[in-house]
Amino acid sequence: MIHANIVPIFKKEFRQIRRDKRALGILVFLPAFMLVMVGYALNFDVKHLAVAVTDLDRSALSRELVERMTQSEYLELHHEVEAAEDIDPLLESGSATIGLVIPAGFSNDLLSGKEAHLQVLIDGSNSNTGSVAQGYISLAVRDFSNRVAMRWLETRGVSVPIAILLEPKLWYNPELKSAKFLVPGLFGLILMIVTVISTSLSIVREKEMGTMEQLKTSPLGSNEIILGKTIPYLLISLVAATIIMIVGWWLFDVTIKGSIPLLYLAVVLFLLGGLGQGILISNVAHTQQVAFIMSVFSSLLPSFLLSGFVFPINSMPGFLQVISNVIPAKFFLVIVRSIIMKGVGVAPIWEQFAYLAMFAFATIGISAVRLQRELSR
Amino acid sequence: MDAVRLNAVTKVFREEGQPDLVAVDNLSLSIRRGEIFSLVGPDGAGKTTTIRMMCGVLFPTSGSVEILGLDQRSHHEAIKHKIGYLSQKFSLYGDLTVDENIDFFAEIHRMKDFRKRKEELLDFMRLTPFRDRLAERLSGGMKQKLALACTLIHTPEVIFLDEPTTGVDPVSRRDFWKILSNVLKSGISIVMATPYLDEAERSARVALLNKGQLLLVDTPEKIRSSFNHPVLEIIADHPREVLHILRNIPSIRSAQLFGDRLHVVAEEGAGIRDVLESELRSRGISARSIRRVAPSLEDVFISRIS
Repeated sequence: MIHANIVPIFKKEFRQIRRDKRALGILVFLPAFMLVMVGYALNFDVKHLAVAVTDLDRSALSRELVERMTQSEYLELHHEVEAAEDIDPLLESGSATIGLVIPAGFSNDLLSGKEAHLQVLIDGSNSNTGSVAQGYISLAVRDFSNRVAMRWLETRGVSVPIAILLEPKLWYNPELKSAKFLVPGLFGLILMIVTVISTSLSIVREKEMGTMEQLKTSPLGSNEIILGKTIPYLLISLVAATIIMIVGWWLFDVTIKGSIPLLYLAVVLFLLGGLGQGILISNVAHTQQVAFIMSVFSSLLPSFLLSGFVFPINSMPGFLQVISNVIPAKFFLVIVRSIIMKGVGVAPIWEQFAYLAMFAFATIGISAVRLQRELSR
Repeated sequence: MDAVRLNAVTKVFREEGQPDLVAVDNLSLSIRRGEIFSLVGPDGAGKTTTIRMMCGVLFPTSGSVEILGLDQRSHHEAIKHKIGYLSQKFSLYGDLTVDENIDFFAEIHRMKDFRKRKEELLDFMRLTPFRDRLAERLSGGMKQKLALACTLIHTPEVIFLDEPTTGVDPVSRRDFWKILSNVLKSGISIVMATPYLDEAERSARVALLNKGQLLLVDTPEKIRSSFNHPVLEIIADHPREVLHILRNIPSIRSAQLFGDRLHVVAEEGAGIRDVLESELRSRGISARSIRRVAPSLEDVFISRIS
C-alpha cells in the first residue's frame, strides 16, 4: 500500500486514551510518581550513622579523636556511655550503628610511641551500611593518627614532608549521590514498562472485543494497524520521558550534560524496541490479563535485575551475565548514564546504539511478519 | 454475476494435540445479487466459519470463494472495499460515541466525503438523537443498528451479518428487519447466519447446514412444498408426556413441541391419524385435536437434521 492510511486509527487511539482518564494518568504521571518514590526510597547513601562512645581514657587526645570523627555529616555522636558493656544493647536495639571503645591508656601509648588500640564495633546486619561505616571509620582513624604523628615530630623539631598526598577526584558524580546514578537508570525501567504494557494491552483489547475482526475485513493493512496503534503510545511515552527528566532535574538535581537530541534518539530507539516487544506479546496473548502478566515479566523483572540498574552486572554469575546481553535496558542504561552524567558524544556508545536499533528492528519485524500471517490465514 | 460463489469449499482447523476439525465440508453455493440469503443450522454447523471465509477473515483449506466475480484470495484488497461485515460479537468501540464510530469506519475505508451518507444512515437507523452518546451506553438493539450503520457507511455491495439479532429483544428485532428490507431495496445483497427460523422464512433463499455440510438450499416456499412427509398438529393435555410417547412410535420421524402444540412429522400419510389416536388412547390420553397442517421450515429442518 503506497499511501499508508494510519490517521484514522491514530485519531481513534488518541480519543480512547483521552477518554480513559485513568489510563492517561498511568501513562503520563505514574512514571514521574515512580521516579519520586524510587528516587527517595532507593537510597544507598549512608549518612548520619549513630555512634556510641565509651571513653575510658578521658584525655584531651581521646576527646579530640571523638570530636574529629563526628564532625562530618557521616558519623554522629549519639551516645556516651560509661562502660564498654553498655554499648552492646545500643547496637542490639539499633540505636547505634557504630560502637567505639577507647581503652584507658590510649593517649599514653600514643604519645610514648607505642601501638595504641581502639575497639570499633559495627552493626553489619546491613552489609552495605556496615561496609560503608567501616570505610568512614578507618578513614577518620587514619587521618587522626597522621595528625598525631605530625604533631609528635614537630614538637621534636623535625618537619617531615608528606610523601604522597592522595587527592581523589570523583568525576561525573562528585558527591557520589545515588539519586544521580539511579535516576537515569529509572528512566529506562519506567519507559520500558509503560510502552510494553500499553501496546500489548491496546492490541489485545481489540482482539478481546472483536474489533480486530472488523479491522481485518477493512482495507487497512497489517502495517497500518500496527503503526496506527503504536505511534500514539510512542508519543505519550516521549512525553512521559520528558516529564521524568524534568522531575529528575527539579528534585534530584540531575542535569543532562550531553546532547539532548542524542538522548532522545536513544529514547526513541529504546521505545521502539519496547513497542515491538509489546506487539510480540499481543500476538501470543489472547486476553488482557495474560498480556499484562507477560508484559510485566518480560520487561519489569529483567530491566530491574539484569540491566545494571542497581546491581552491577560484573558481579553476577556467568550465566546471568550472558542473559543480560539480550536485555535492551542494559544497553540503554549505558547510553543514558553516559549522556546524562558524562556528557559523551556518540563515539564511545555507538555499539549500544547499534544494539538498540537491532532489538527494535527484530521485535517489530518479527511481529509484523506474524501479524501478516495471522491476517491472511 | 453472483454476489457470492463458493466452489467446493472445505475448512479444516488443525490444532496440535487435537483431532482435525472439519468445520465446513465441500460446500458449494451461489448467492444472487440483490437477495437476502440466510444460512441456518444448529450450533457448530459451520455458519460462522462459512461467513468468515466469505469475508476473507479466514481462507479455505481447499476450494475457492468468489465475491462479485472476484476470487477472494487473489483480489483480497479489492473485495474489502465492496463488502461489509458484522461479526457475531458487538464489535464497536464502546468508548467512542455513535458519531465517532461511524467516522472511524468511514475513514478506514478511505471515504472522503461521507457526511451526507452518515446523516442518512443515522436518520435511517433512528440514531440521530443519540449521536453523541458513547456506544457502550446504547441498548442492545441500538448497538446492533449502529453496528449495521458502520457496516454500511462505505456503501458496500454485499454485507455479511453473523447472527445480527442474537440477544436483541423482539421489538428491536422487528425494527432491524424493517431496516434490512430497506437496505435490500437500495440494491445491497445481504448474507446472514441466523439461529431463528422465522428470520429464515423472510429470506429469499435459505441454506441449511449441518456438521459442515449443505443439506439443502432453496426458497422457503419450495423447501416447504417439496417436503413429502405429512405434518400433524396435536393439541392435548400434558403435552410433554405426549411428546415422549410420540417419539417412541416407529412410524414418526420427529416430534416437536411448539408452545402448547405438538408437531409430528410422519413417515407416511395413510392411516397415521388412526395410529396416533389409538396409540394415545392406549395410554389413557385423548387428544383434543389432531389435524394435518402445512409443514413449517422448522418441521423440515428438524426432520432433516434428526
